[in-house]
Amino acid sequence: MRATVIGAGGYIGGELVRLLLQHPHLELAQATSTRLRGRPLTAAHPNLRGQSDLSFVAEEDLKESDVVFLAVPHGASAKNIAAWSALAPMVVDLSADFRLHDPVRRERHYPGAAPDEVWLSRFRPGIPELHREELRGASHISVPGCMANAAILALHPLAAAGLVEGPALIDARTGSSGGGRTPDEGSHHPERSGALRMAKPHGHRHTAEIEQACEVPVHMTVTGIEAVRGIQVACHITPSRAVTEREVWALYRAAYRDEPFVRLVRERSALRRIPDPKILSGTNYCDIGLSLNAEGDHLIVVSAIDNLVKGGAGNAVQCFNIAVGHDETAGLAFAGLHPA
Amino acid sequence: MTTATTSTCPECEEIVPTAPDARVTSIVVCPACQVELEIIGLDPAEFALAPEIEEDFGE
Repeated sequence: MRATVIGAGGYIGGELVRLLLQHPHLELAQATSTRLRGRPLTAAHPNLRGQSDLSFVAEEDLKESDVVFLAVPHGASAKNIAAWSALAPMVVDLSADFRLHDPVRRERHYPGAAPDEVWLSRFRPGIPELHREELRGASHISVPGCMANAAILALHPLAAAGLVEGPALIDARTGSSGGGRTPDEGSHHPERSGALRMAKPHGHRHTAEIEQACEVPVHMTVTGIEAVRGIQVACHITPSRAVTEREVWALYRAAYRDEPFVRLVRERSALRRIPDPKILSGTNYCDIGLSLNAEGDHLIVVSAIDNLVKGGAGNAVQCFNIAVGHDETAGLAFAGLHPA
Repeated sequence: MTTATTSTCPECEEIVPTAPDARVTSIVVCPACQVELEIIGLDPAEFALAPEIEEDFGE
């Protein structure tokens, strides 16, 4: 099968290119960048030296392929979905345009033109752990946001069991690559380096996706940390009844026992007990750990991912694999580095 | 000398095998739930959650 990446010059697009170049059942046929058209892929992604002879092409030069991955800014997918869907029978969108199905929720977080309802109805949510059967044979897939995916995987088993009382409080920390490739004043090195800046104390757009998937109210703060990659979310939860740590772990085991990319962290060392995204760089894993207080009435569930991989490109490839019937882990075997 | 035995994990109740040379205080990992267990008895093996390894975090 032949793949196209639209918006391949950005960080998520670059990760898609990296993963697709090593995928055993896919050939990367073409990759677009408006800014770098005609230049080799390495002009944007020097880690790909020696991996490909491809150069970036302009959108108007695209040819048909078997699947199109969209790593474009929000709004672009909705605007161009008809044209891009004509390029391939399958579309995997990593933008936010087709994630939210409730118009009120979408308008609150993404004011402006709504996506076409017919196109919206074709998209399946790109969360394999929740929607694997819906993804099989899907022609259009909408991959969740990075922090949303981390939080959903942490929160969903408890929410589905009716064990979340009131709003879940989510403390999310993110590396700088989550802000994308386009620099601004806040990403300027003297401003960003060494900072612990809570950039979004309320109203982060990904809260809408978390509430849609978990069906519980959430409040989320997002803090930029001194890292390039990685997300760690700590979900503070008041259980709807007193629980034991053993039964909570049993719930998570039941939810994720057969998941190839969700790992429950049970180590007894304080150094390793709580998931840390540092060792997940480049991998498609989501590590989940938890801590319950002695009274059994305050639970913290922590998840960690690489924001560009399980938070974007890797998750997209996993969804693609499921949709077409490949081994779900194809092209996603990297185990990470330690020390990293 | 002890023989290889199997007992269940106190956390998930799945069977946890122990090696013939396992001793009281040995640490094993439950193959089902991945929790670290300490052997607190033998013949048959008995397990408890392994002691936590704490660190000073400025407390």
